[in-house]
Amino acid sequence: MSAVVAPELEPIEPRDNYLNAAYGVRSWLLTRDHKRIALLYLVSITFFFFLGGLFALLIRLELLTPQGDLVQSETYNKLFTMHGVVMIFFFLIPSIPAVLGNFFIPMMIGAKDLAFPRLNLLSWYIYIVGACFTMWAVVHGGVDTGWTFYTPYSSTYSNSYVIATAMGIFVTGFSSILTGLNFLVTIHTMRAPGLTWFRLPLFVWAHYATSLIFVLGTPVIAVTMLMVGAERILHLGIFDPTRGGDPILFQHLFWFYSHPAVYIMVLPAMGVVSELVTTFSRKNIFGYKFVAFASIGIAVLGFLVWGHHMFVSGQSVYAGLIFSILSFLVAIPSAVKVFNWTATMYKGSISYRTPMLYAFGFIGLFTIGGLTGLFLATLGVNVHVHDTYFIIAHFHYIMVGGAIMGYLGGIHYWWPKMSGKLYPEAWARFAALVVFIGFNLTFFPQFILGYLGMPRRYHAYPPEFQVLNVMSTAGASILGVGYIIPMIYLAWSMRYGRNAPPNPWGSTGLEWQTPSPPPTENFKEPPIVTEDPYVYSHEEVEIVG
Amino acid sequence: MSDHVVSPKIYLGVFLTLLVMTAITTVVSGIDLGPWNTVVALGIAVFKATLVVLFFMHVKYSPRLTATVIGGGIFWLLILIVLTFSDFATRGWLPSLV
Amino acid sequence: MAETPALAAHAAEPGLQHQFESMEQQKEASSLGMWIFLVTEILFFGGLFLTYTIYRWENARAFAHASRHMDIALGTINTAVLIFSSLTMAMAVHSAATNRRRLLIGFLIATMILGGSFLGIKAVEYTDHIQHHLFPGPGFRYPAGADARGAQLFFSLYFAMTGLHALHMVIGLGILTTLVVMARRGRFTPEYSTPVEVSGLYWHFVDIVWIFLFPLLYLIGRHLR
Repeated sequence: MSAVVAPELEPIEPRDNYLNAAYGVRSWLLTRDHKRIALLYLVSITFFFFLGGLFALLIRLELLTPQGDLVQSETYNKLFTMHGVVMIFFFLIPSIPAVLGNFFIPMMIGAKDLAFPRLNLLSWYIYIVGACFTMWAVVHGGVDTGWTFYTPYSSTYSNSYVIATAMGIFVTGFSSILTGLNFLVTIHTMRAPGLTWFRLPLFVWAHYATSLIFVLGTPVIAVTMLMVGAERILHLGIFDPTRGGDPILFQHLFWFYSHPAVYIMVLPAMGVVSELVTTFSRKNIFGYKFVAFASIGIAVLGFLVWGHHMFVSGQSVYAGLIFSILSFLVAIPSAVKVFNWTATMYKGSISYRTPMLYAFGFIGLFTIGGLTGLFLATLGVNVHVHDTYFIIAHFHYIMVGGAIMGYLGGIHYWWPKMSGKLYPEAWARFAALVVFIGFNLTFFPQFILGYLGMPRRYHAYPPEFQVLNVMSTAGASILGVGYIIPMIYLAWSMRYGRNAPPNPWGSTGLEWQTPSPPPTENFKEPPIVTEDPYVYSHEEVEIVG
Repeated sequence: MSDHVVSPKIYLGVFLTLLVMTAITTVVSGIDLGPWNTVVALGIAVFKATLVVLFFMHVKYSPRLTATVIGGGIFWLLILIVLTFSDFATRGWLPSLV
Repeated sequence: MAETPALAAHAAEPGLQHQFESMEQQKEASSLGMWIFLVTEILFFGGLFLTYTIYRWENARAFAHASRHMDIALGTINTAVLIFSSLTMAMAVHSAATNRRRLLIGFLIATMILGGSFLGIKAVEYTDHIQHHLFPGPGFRYPAGADARGAQLFFSLYFAMTGLHALHMVIGLGILTTLVVMARRGRFTPEYSTPVEVSGLYWHFVDIVWIFLFPLLYLIGRHLR
């Protein structure tokens, strides 16, 4: 008999994957594991997605009525500015690269981590610091210059928190630069034995191309934001016409980055779609090299077209002609990809799982967005629809209908690998449908509104535009619901979802040769690659997801 | 970058050349060559930079990827400058759109 | 845990980081990483070089006249100082590769002294310009005339470009300090001197930026009478 009875001890779970390898806040905040860093980003960008969405909701609520009655015009200016800044710099640009790229590029090439794990963690901290600057600005009343910061309004006349926001973007830019640098070095130097360039998954090619843009374009917006800040503080006069400065020079500097930035947003999504289409058609990609080179082509050509944002700015018409022709050219590699995905699906064994639904959504909506881009590249048309809702519809078709759908498709596709759990397929399909319907109801009317002449960045409009605006707001509400549903069931699945097998989709690719979730070091020994990617057999495979 | 160890004699030679070129560029700038002043000055700067890149930064002894990376960076800077300049240089060549 | 070839490689080389399979791969990655970073710096300074190009093209005479306010002697001396510092930096890298610790530390410190001298001379120049009311903004005073606006643009660019360059020098001095500390602790061997090499690349790049800044800011008005 004893006074104290030792309690029955629970068997300790083996620490066999990256999620349970270590516990505690410090093990997450000081991690060097690319997979944990990817999840740190996932949490941060999700927060900013909903913050940007909140601004969007307020914009759409104001636009329910023709009068500017919900908020004052100055406030409305701040709302659309903050919506753009938050969504672009703090959600879209990091989204796929920092979450899915960070997680899967090392695994796809058979490496244990990225080339510079500590730099990777630093990238996340830099992102957070930049985000804090911007949040500070938001909390203190925001910026009203538009996300485009055109001078001299931003550099001299605006009374809002331009410097804080510009510095936030400046700092966060370095997060992108370091991520791009990390990816480029990793892909060049750490591929597993036998993994030649043309055996790389197209997801990796897409991120390589994206990283080129990160590294070549971001520094220019960084120095430009610095110049705007310096002008505000020191009254230098670089962009002030009264002191010999030229506002159009600012626009050149700004768009030199910000146009390629849209390819930063869409190329990774295209990389995801290549993976989804091959897996869920159980077929090799049609024209692998064409798709790979198209990614590089988009990245390179994307740097030559920025003047198409400036056709009516006072830029020389001659330069406008050059930029217009080049803008037509950049559509070609994008179209090549769409054709090749379609040809991949032809005679494939297609399964309509949620990731594939998002891939379909991407292909259709990106095509619409991309084709309307050709209208806008046409100088004559552009003059009429510049600064109208046609532009807004165009870029939302690509960034929301394209990039966000690619992101959600990728999240669902790789969720079993990242979390070790399966999400509920029925709810996921339902949400995808809600997103698709909500999206089109929100943005298709905006093409019409823009064509009819409704200008952007106005909180009031002529009464004849109300019906279309109400449709758009209704669509936005539905879209919002469509985004909230996955938050709920993905979180639910982490606790209550079925355990995922290593390869629920029967997919090729090195990341699927590991347990779900993978161990911290990914692979005990570097795998040796002996065949091309996307080699699918025609045997029956049970898809578990 | 390779493990190739460059001889200090080469470094010294490059250093002296750089000093001489600096002196030349300063002296030549005092002579009026019209538009050629800029060409000469930039030409000398490019020559000096090339020496630093090839020898001090070991690019002469590095894999070809290194040179490609540098070339890419310079080319991209030229895209920025040339295309932007094409706007300012051609203003007024065609009637305005709006 | 059974020793795999990967673990054996890491046990043999203490400087080998866990994500790499060999020192060769680690060196290749470090070098490529620094070169890509330098490319980002080309584009970063590039925005200012673009601004300079456009405004000089539009205000050629004003820029040339404004440039005459530069002290040509100090500028030339500073250029020579930086070139000398590149020599000492290259010799530092050489010393690390040939296992000469004392020379390595000596050359690193020499580079720092030269870099510090450069910054000192720049401080003298800045003070002089500010005292002559040549800092752009409300306090800017220039002989009246159409050239005043162009001159103010010139000085905006002068301070912005040399200021950004000086900031990079200061960061370089910090990096060199770290290297000296590491070298004194005996951290560098011929097999592991990558930090010295990549820091050298950074230092040379900052020198190259000055090689271009010098003629563009100091020498453009000299031929005018």
